[in-house]
Amino acid sequence: MLEAANLTCERGGKILFQKLSLRVSKEDLLRIAGDNGSGKTSLLRILCGLAWPAHGEVRWKGEPIRRLGEEYSRSLVHIGHASGLKDELTAAENLAVTCTLAGIRASDPAIRDALGRFTIAPERQVRHLSQGQRRRAALARLALSGDVPLWLLDEPFAALDAAASALVEELVRAHAGRGGAVVYTTHQAAALRDTRVIEL
Amino acid sequence: MLATARAIVYRDLLVAVRRRSDVAVALLFFVIVTSLFPLGIGAEPNLLRAIAPGVIWVSALLSSLLSLRRLFEADHDDGTLEQMLLGASPLGVVAAAKALAHWMVTGMPLAVIAPLIALQYDLAPQLFGVLALSLLLGTPVLSLIGAIGAALTLGLRGGGVLLSLLVLPLYVPVLIIGAGARRRASSCCSPRCWWWRRRSRLGQSPRH
Repeated sequence: MLEAANLTCERGGKILFQKLSLRVSKEDLLRIAGDNGSGKTSLLRILCGLAWPAHGEVRWKGEPIRRLGEEYSRSLVHIGHASGLKDELTAAENLAVTCTLAGIRASDPAIRDALGRFTIAPERQVRHLSQGQRRRAALARLALSGDVPLWLLDEPFAALDAAASALVEELVRAHAGRGGAVVYTTHQAAALRDTRVIEL
Repeated sequence: MLATARAIVYRDLLVAVRRRSDVAVALLFFVIVTSLFPLGIGAEPNLLRAIAPGVIWVSALLSSLLSLRRLFEADHDDGTLEQMLLGASPLGVVAAAKALAHWMVTGMPLAVIAPLIALQYDLAPQLFGVLALSLLLGTPVLSLIGAIGAALTLGLRGGGVLLSLLVLPLYVPVLIIGAGARRRASSCCSPRCWWWRRRSRLGQSPRH
């Protein structure tokens, strides 16, 4: 499904990685590992089209993602470092807007159910949530993104308690089981064992 | 695409309603600046009537500029801009929806309160509508032009100053047309009259 060929990434005149190639197929779980500053987040941003590599190309189903534009965006979920939540809105309002932007049709009960699985009160304003709760509210999107084939997750287990980590792991495994693909970064080596690892 | 635009406008309006200070600052700035001129110049009705459109338009322009920096910055900081970039709709739709929401929050209220401000300048009541209409038509253009500047200076250190330098020259045609609307309207309020004057200027025989 997803191919990256000879990727080189530069930040501030420093080469983070070069000649990196990878292939992600259906049912794949790929973990990107590496020290802080090794370029894990940059690689994910390149894979989703938010950043461009100095050299190399990313292809989705054989087509360069530059050419695909929104068609590629509709095929992926990217959850980055920032929560992507508005402090002034409730968790449910945030999730509803996020789903609409991504082109995902989610009913109000489905949104409440997704937040409920992550034990987030739907009517609670995000400004009143802790860091871990914000992360859970952002990750609740995964529960509604079963039909989106590619998930790109940057540190999905960061700031989560054991129960939430287990739920994310369950969602990720279920997604791969349905034929989806997941590329993620994490420092927690214990999380999601039996996955392919790329060390930067 | 419409669903995306609707969601962005709804979200931005909801944020503005729940964070009223941003809207209030722009509106208060407009009211204070326009009120300073009559205080500084003095109660000379003819002079006030002459400068009213220019002062109101420049104040509206600066007020719009004041809130422009936040147009994309807040979304950039909390990561929602990335979600929009990776959204299912073209970026043009996203940018247009953001500009529309910005106008509804900052430009439209100015057009609504402009007739009240005009009272300080002793403008004729029949010109209140012209003033409000000119602002109603001109302020969306300010938001659209401003959106370009806000996008270009996003994430830059000292971007606020650069944004002003980029955008203000582009505002000049809007300012000239907007402020000139009152003068044209006061010289002849009837659209029919305007039409015949225009025809006569083009060399056709006026029948007025």
